[in-house]
Amino acid sequence: MSLEILAVDDSRTMRDMIRLALLPAGFTVHTADDGVHGVEVLDGIEPDAIITDINMPRMDGFGFIDAVRGQDRHRATPILVLTTEAAPELKQRARAAGATGWIVKPFDPEKLVKALQMIAS
Amino acid sequence: MSEQNDPMAEIRASFFIECEELLESLQDGLQIMDEGADDSETINIVFRAVHSIKGGAGAFGLEFLVRFAHRYETVLDEVRAERLAVTPEALKVFYQAADHLSDLVRISRDNLPAPEERTQALLEALSAFLGDSDELADAPEEEIDFKPMGISLDLGTDGGDGPDLADLEGLPPLPPLPELDAPGTRHYQIRFTPMAELFETGNEPALLLRNLQALGEMHVTCDTSAVPELAQLVPEIPHLTWDITLETEAEEAEIASIFEFVEGLCRLDIISDADAEPPGTVIAAVDPTAPEMPEAAEAEVPQAPEGLSAPEPLPEQEKEPTAKPAPAPPKPAAQAPPTAKTIVRVDIDRIERLVNLVGELVINQAMLSQSLEQSGLSPHSDAMNGLEEFQRLTRDIQDSVMMIRAQPVKSLFQRMSRIVREASGAVDKDVRLIVHGEDTEVDKTVIERLADPLTHMIRNAVDHGLESKSARLAAGKPEQGQVNLSAAHRSGRVIIEISDDGAGINRPKVQQLAIDKGLIPPDAVLSDTEIDNLLFMPGFSTADKVSDLSGRGVGMDVVRTAIQALGGRITTTSQPGEGTTFSISLPLTLAVLDGMVVEVADETLVLPLNVVVETLTLEAGDVQMLRPGRNVVRVRSGFVPLLDLGGALGYRAPLEDMTGAVVLLIGQEDGSNAALMIDNIVDQRQVVIKGLDESFHRAPGIAAATILGDGQIALILDPSDIISNAMSAHLTVAPQTRAEGAIA
Repeated sequence: MSLEILAVDDSRTMRDMIRLALLPAGFTVHTADDGVHGVEVLDGIEPDAIITDINMPRMDGFGFIDAVRGQDRHRATPILVLTTEAAPELKQRARAAGATGWIVKPFDPEKLVKALQMIAS
Repeated sequence: MSEQNDPMAEIRASFFIECEELLESLQDGLQIMDEGADDSETINIVFRAVHSIKGGAGAFGLEFLVRFAHRYETVLDEVRAERLAVTPEALKVFYQAADHLSDLVRISRDNLPAPEERTQALLEALSAFLGDSDELADAPEEEIDFKPMGISLDLGTDGGDGPDLADLEGLPPLPPLPELDAPGTRHYQIRFTPMAELFETGNEPALLLRNLQALGEMHVTCDTSAVPELAQLVPEIPHLTWDITLETEAEEAEIASIFEFVEGLCRLDIISDADAEPPGTVIAAVDPTAPEMPEAAEAEVPQAPEGLSAPEPLPEQEKEPTAKPAPAPPKPAAQAPPTAKTIVRVDIDRIERLVNLVGELVINQAMLSQSLEQSGLSPHSDAMNGLEEFQRLTRDIQDSVMMIRAQPVKSLFQRMSRIVREASGAVDKDVRLIVHGEDTEVDKTVIERLADPLTHMIRNAVDHGLESKSARLAAGKPEQGQVNLSAAHRSGRVIIEISDDGAGINRPKVQQLAIDKGLIPPDAVLSDTEIDNLLFMPGFSTADKVSDLSGRGVGMDVVRTAIQALGGRITTTSQPGEGTTFSISLPLTLAVLDGMVVEVADETLVLPLNVVVETLTLEAGDVQMLRPGRNVVRVRSGFVPLLDLGGALGYRAPLEDMTGAVVLLIGQEDGSNAALMIDNIVDQRQVVIKGLDESFHRAPGIAAATILGDGQIALILDPSDIISNAMSAHLTVAPQTRAEGAIA
């Protein structure tokens, strides 16, 4: 199943790794450097799922999810939060912002693929 | 997997490059905080830098880097949450931690052993700020909820279940799930009622069911009994319940994991009526902490208490909708303007190759134009016009290639600010480093090779240049000493200056020391500049006692040698009581030079064009002799010292009649001029600098060599060196042979 994914992370390394994890699975990967950039990129694509980091300049992950959910066409777009923290309150916060699920960095590529396949149609 | 060659190695390399950038912004941020700013964005930048390093380090399994970054980040988070004030003491530790972090990054990059002691000391220093914070128990290992884990991108095999999505293997059967003693299928009864929040977070019941189905044989019935009359139906509120029977070999934890993301967003009962293997029949849906765990498949899981695979036990039987925490207050959107530049990272070797090729192109072009000229073509012919265009293009290409190699000196200067911090701490001085022109761009190779000499000079400035606190106060100066570091482009060269506001060079003491060490004869009469230059003589050290800081057996002579190897020069100015300035002048590039090709005594030589201020032809009466061997030439209203290049290089005896000779007026760095006499100017052209092998030793006044258009080899001169050598030879009485080495 080939999915179109938007990955938002301010770390080039992370973006590279996400791409590296998803490309072999046949996914199409778009990337953005932060929340503001993410909203811009989102404008031109219809991703099946979105991956976002939390700590980012300009607009953080919570703000980004908020902005995405605020758009009617993305009310149900699955969003995975990619975070180094596994703290429960962070998960709660991400969920409150409208995140579908979460992945703790460092992630296992196989599981990232699987998680995306599970939440995206 | 991927067609690239070892993509992980590439990402790893790019991670370390990114680390350098992050460390730079970390330093910048700390600097801004140091200057008194406490805006949230600056703290966020600092926090994010450490955070991102931690994130990447985790991906590559760099455990000690993760551990250190994590603690650092935790403290910074306290600052971010305004629970910790940024005191000067805190900043000092933050700086040290940043320095150490950058050490750890390099150590990780080069696979060196981790410096445990220093790490531990700083971890403790950082922990001190956390005080009674409950996150910090006394066992430092325990508090880290973030475990690094090497990742493998071999998607075909088991990816090494880490603490992340350990239980999400829903789709293909996975090897690491060992068959239990009872390998038979199990039967599950699952009742699943989504709540509104499940949809609001973008989850989809149909997908969950599909994932369940992948586990085995499934039957689903939908319970629509709760659906109200159409009139009362609110589309946003779900009313459906699914009853699922599932026949599968999968563990219950695996089933629960499918519902992990919707935990708390639905009512979920999983009833296992399989063999009596699990202790309870009714199991909390997402509570795999049950005693079956140890024998269950996910052996790795228990090590990650915070990991997703073992979600924190929720009182989920109560079936209450998730108590939603107050939505996150919107973060102040950082307003840092984005630098939307596309950047390509290129292996330096490739650029090196390009530079060399362009160098060859320049030589080739010169040869071509020489042979075309000799062929007697008209200057207006198409061939000559085309050649002109070719020349212009060559030059543009060259400039562009050089621009690729140019880098701002900022990273170098940041390293120096660390040196100042360490050095001042070691000798108990309060020193402030003031930096100017850090955006000045210099060839990357030059920057790299400047690090060591600059480090040494900065240490010297702190250790020897600046007085002790008490001496400064006694001299009526502020207790805090100042070291200035600046970079600027000046007349085609890069000038880097290191100055301090210390006591200046103690010249009588320097001279006495040189005499004591037998470097100069006792009766030598030296100018101030010459005394200052004694500092650069091999075997000279001004420190009465060797301090553990700069007394490391490396003297200023090594510094000067390193600078000269870069085609640079170093000069000193010093005012007693006011301080000392070392000025390094470097060529912008190490590859190409705009040269003036001249002839002297049948030798062809090249001078850097940028030092030639003016050329004139001598007429009778222009030259005045001060004393034998010492001439001056009249240039307009003034006189300038005149030197015969042929004589200075030993090509010929002093000329009797200088009329008709050509004189080059050479601009010196101190603003004065000197005149060099030559026979003839041949050409002005770009030459490719070819370094002279070490085995030639360093000949005074000779900077390098080049290959001319006709294939002939010509030496490239360093006129300032020639002039100062010749002048000092005239000025000093006896010690010229020795002092010569000291005069740059």
